[in-house]
Amino acid sequence: MKLRVTVNGRERIDDVEPRLLLVHYLRETCGLRAANVGCDTTSCGACTVHLDGQAVKACTVLAVQSDGRSVDTVESLTGPDGSLHPVQRAFHEHHALQCGFCTPGMVMAAVDLLRENPRPDEAQVRAGIEGNICRCTGYHNIVAAILACAGPAAPAEPTAGQP
Amino acid sequence: MGSILGTRVRRVEDEGFLTRGAVYTEDVQDDRLAGALHLTFVRSPVAHARITAIDTSAANGSERVLAVYTAADLGSGPDAVPPQPPSLPMFPPGMAQPLLASDVVRYVGEPVAAVLTAQPYDGEDAAELVAVGYDPLPVLTDPVAAARDELLLFPEVGSNTAFDLAVMAAAAAEAQGVELPPPPPDPFDGCEVVVRRVLHNQRIAPAPLEGRAAAATWQDGRLLLWCSNQGAQAVRQTVAAMLGVPLEGIRLITPDVGGAFGGKFFAEPEHVVCAWASRRAGRPVRWTETRSENLLSMHGRGQVQTVTIGGRRDGTIEAYHLDVVQDAGAYPRIGSMLPALTAMMASGVYAIPTVLTTARSVVTNTGPMGAFRGAGRPEATAAIERAVDLFAAEIDMDPADVRRRNMLAPFTEPVSVPTGTVYDTGDYAVALDKVLAAADYPGLRAEQARRRAAGDVRQLGVGLSCYVEITGAGMEPGVFKENGSVQVHEDGSVTVLTGTSPHGQGHATSFGMIVSDRLGIAMDRITLRWGDTDLVPEGAGTGGSRSLQQGGAAVQRATDDLIEIARGRAALLLEVDPEDVEVDVEHAGLRVKGVPGVGVTFAQLAAREELRVRAEFSSPGPTFPFGAHLAVVEVDTESGAAEVIRLVAVDDAGTVLNPLIVEGQIHGGLAAGIAQALYEEIRFDDDGNPLTGTFADYAIVTAMEVPTFELVGMETPTPYNPLGAKGVGEAGTTGATPAVQNAVIDALAHLGVRHVDLPTTSQRVWRAIHQAREGAR
Amino acid sequence: MIPATFDYLRPDTVEQALAALTEHGDEAKLIAGGHSLLPMMKLRLAFPSVLVDVGRLDGLSYQRIDGDEVAIGALTRHCDLVSSQLLASEVPLLPHVAARIGDRQIRHRGTIGGSLAHADPAADLPVAVRALGGSLVAEGPGGRRRIDVADFFVDYFETALGPDEMLVEIRVPRCGAEGWSYQRFSRRAHDWAIVAAATVGGRVALANMGAVPLRAEATEAALAAGASVAEAAALADAVTEPTADGHADVDYRRHLARLLTRRALEAAR
Repeated sequence: MKLRVTVNGRERIDDVEPRLLLVHYLRETCGLRAANVGCDTTSCGACTVHLDGQAVKACTVLAVQSDGRSVDTVESLTGPDGSLHPVQRAFHEHHALQCGFCTPGMVMAAVDLLRENPRPDEAQVRAGIEGNICRCTGYHNIVAAILACAGPAAPAEPTAGQP
Repeated sequence: MGSILGTRVRRVEDEGFLTRGAVYTEDVQDDRLAGALHLTFVRSPVAHARITAIDTSAANGSERVLAVYTAADLGSGPDAVPPQPPSLPMFPPGMAQPLLASDVVRYVGEPVAAVLTAQPYDGEDAAELVAVGYDPLPVLTDPVAAARDELLLFPEVGSNTAFDLAVMAAAAAEAQGVELPPPPPDPFDGCEVVVRRVLHNQRIAPAPLEGRAAAATWQDGRLLLWCSNQGAQAVRQTVAAMLGVPLEGIRLITPDVGGAFGGKFFAEPEHVVCAWASRRAGRPVRWTETRSENLLSMHGRGQVQTVTIGGRRDGTIEAYHLDVVQDAGAYPRIGSMLPALTAMMASGVYAIPTVLTTARSVVTNTGPMGAFRGAGRPEATAAIERAVDLFAAEIDMDPADVRRRNMLAPFTEPVSVPTGTVYDTGDYAVALDKVLAAADYPGLRAEQARRRAAGDVRQLGVGLSCYVEITGAGMEPGVFKENGSVQVHEDGSVTVLTGTSPHGQGHATSFGMIVSDRLGIAMDRITLRWGDTDLVPEGAGTGGSRSLQQGGAAVQRATDDLIEIARGRAALLLEVDPEDVEVDVEHAGLRVKGVPGVGVTFAQLAAREELRVRAEFSSPGPTFPFGAHLAVVEVDTESGAAEVIRLVAVDDAGTVLNPLIVEGQIHGGLAAGIAQALYEEIRFDDDGNPLTGTFADYAIVTAMEVPTFELVGMETPTPYNPLGAKGVGEAGTTGATPAVQNAVIDALAHLGVRHVDLPTTSQRVWRAIHQAREGAR
Repeated sequence: MIPATFDYLRPDTVEQALAALTEHGDEAKLIAGGHSLLPMMKLRLAFPSVLVDVGRLDGLSYQRIDGDEVAIGALTRHCDLVSSQLLASEVPLLPHVAARIGDRQIRHRGTIGGSLAHADPAADLPVAVRALGGSLVAEGPGGRRRIDVADFFVDYFETALGPDEMLVEIRVPRCGAEGWSYQRFSRRAHDWAIVAAATVGGRVALANMGAVPLRAEATEAALAAGASVAEAAALADAVTEPTADGHADVDYRRHLARLLTRRALEAAR
């Protein structure tokens, strides 16, 4: 069936079978192979991309469910001049990747987390990436990298009685 | 400009990985694989059965199925595969796994048939069309029961034992013409205190995020095989033996690899069937396993350990016996010989006068046992460190004091320890002191005492592990070597070849640092290549934490040799004596001593004549990194749930080349160590059905299950290589598991609990508390 | 890993969705976020030949006050439950529970309707809704009907919804002033609950202690009769039918039910 979807800012029209998983549509049809498949049970998050700006596991979304929507993958984060997104730069600085298989999904999960909560603490970062499994790093440097991207501390909360 | 060695150089690998993604086997786009067909396996759903029939008619009748292969196909025709050799020469030939099962299946997941489809999505549909008849046979899942040989899994072999340490030791002694000393009559005779316990070091899944994958095509009668692996040369050798083709008939290419952790040594039946199918079909063939398939047969650990420890009430340990029953799984693989490494490291950091290890590997109707990060040494450490704590509890002495009392004294030259193993350098007491200081041990004990007195629901446990482990051991006895090549090109760039096989460890960065430091060529102009057997025909791959100490040393030697050759050429060119020529790192070349501005760059020399050197490095032996880990856990004594709140790790792997990369390796190992202590276990029911077949059931740890780690540095160099480096990749797993297990038990010690088996799940902890309370009445 | 083949329909209205269910009968399944159904289809534990995608139907994602109840559109995603200010003040148990479902990515897709219709007794929203009480609104060819929460969950993965019905709304009592708590025990943080206890306003419901979320009626009765929290919680597992599995055997489950109930009641005070 016909699928119309904006991938990394460019509209595509493709003919797909209903059971085609979004992750395979991105990898095989669109040639965007950074997202990986690491499990069968929506557990590992290596396939994480953004659907209408929200992180989702592309292995558990049918390509046809993204019809008329926009999908962004890690390949869209790099600037046209090759400059790294701050999250990518932080991952590099903090050695937050080793074999790299979980990395595209982890980066997209981190970007989404920071977009929703620009100043997470360590516990919130760990909870924010609990859907992304890494076997290499022990998460230590990934957490450090994401915290390094967190903005400055929130301004003081207004006290009672003030608006 | 200071040297970059020892500094936190960021990785050259990262940019591609972060922006476009690395290129793993399934990602490879190559003209030679155009039009590739897809292979899907039909696997046994039962653990032990006779195959009564394989009906391929429905599959063959489907227009989406291009071919169906069974053992009969593989065994016929001019391209027939030979009878399969045992996976390692020491195993009984009768226990070799066939590529596809023909009369008996021996584990759930064993490949029985393979289907070829044009589209990958049609593969599972096609596999469902193959109908296999099974006549169930009795199932063995307990290696201890299997060791009694009452039910034989391989009747022609006559025993379920695939490997026996005593038999191997006797054979080795005979080959060397020496006599083995007789075992001591009763090692524990005369000990004031003797403690004995059965421990389970549970089966774990290495579970790299990228599973197994292969892509095969034949060109001019030669096999081109891409596959995810940790040593192309060894995979090529095993493919050659399993396929029955000469070595030169195969080129093995290693794409980026998404982790391995010991699960990707050698060739698997599936790789070979993929290659064979490509030849039979006359088309390229690709295969990628699913996670469910991966969890069926990529396993490690799996030892039943009986420890007996004896000594005096003053804390002196006099004797230790470790008996291992290694679960071999259905067909012996590398996991079945790992007890030999366990035996080598059985006594750990201690100077125990009498140490005895007995071990055998026994087949069961479960996944074939491979290696997992540490490969036999975490098993040894978990046993001795648990035994020491049991001994300490029995004599009511602080576990840190017992350890210190029994440790080998510091040594900077090789010493032979009670197991006969020769350790290179070690200072175990300092590692222990450092970890106790970093953790504030007295403060922790005070907090623990406070919570005990107050009867807090959440109790604190402090667990120690002092470890030493063997790295760089390799597969060939007595061989500890690697090769490396360095070539400077006329444009000033450098190509380095290595026989190692990185899959996350950052060799391009580490080896690049070595070359850059010596030649003065920038890291971004240095390219590391590996894993292509046409380019690097010899090599021992990456495993056993060998790569920097042997591979890096080889690259360093090749660089030094290249400098010597360049020096000679420069001397001729500049018409001076070679002794008057020195390296000019600033200009990436050589210059005449004392005469600034007179020199030649390596690039210029390369333009005149190829400038390339290959070197080999041989270590006098394996090296022995060591350390001390301290875990602090909180146990909810009402629910049994345990949580690691601190993990303090002192790890000494000799001289540190890149602290960033070393720390990363330790972090990963610590997480895996915690995982084995608290969460992960591959389990089967009594019929051999897997109970932990997906990441939903198998408790692989996320960021929520591990803390931020506290690392303390320590460097005791080894004299065995010019880098002073020992291996570090497996240190974390080796030390952390017993530290965490000991901590959980320590949290419950005041309730009378002496032991909780791995993994210390909340149910196990709750039961232990209850049993102790019942026992106290 | 790959589902068996199916046809995919994306109706524009509820009526069209119901017509598709009627036409295809047993062969058709509704899909919204897909994070209960697709995982089962990928493991080939479910293989409907027709998927009817209702995930984008208009007007079914909302949270509003309706008298002394809060009405929640069935297609409200978990992440929207978490961030709803209205729910935070009127039914605070729900956003708290929703925040514990799976992980962030799953919460961006899963819907409350999908989760309740899937009826996994170990899931978080079914037990929360069971403790809250209220009703589920189903729409069928004959119109809408209300199903009391007590009657909604029938068995493992089975609800009182007819084969040609669709869950469109969830109605729960406004209870912003009442004490509440959710105590969830799992192995890893994002795993299914081994046992969970939800309490609000003196009602206690248990997850994974039987084929459906169960009310701890003995506990509730004891509390109403003036028993202490500890005494009442000790009765939590009465009339439950927990099964053993890889994570917990029967007596450990019973112990957890009693423990979590006690902790939930203590926290709710």
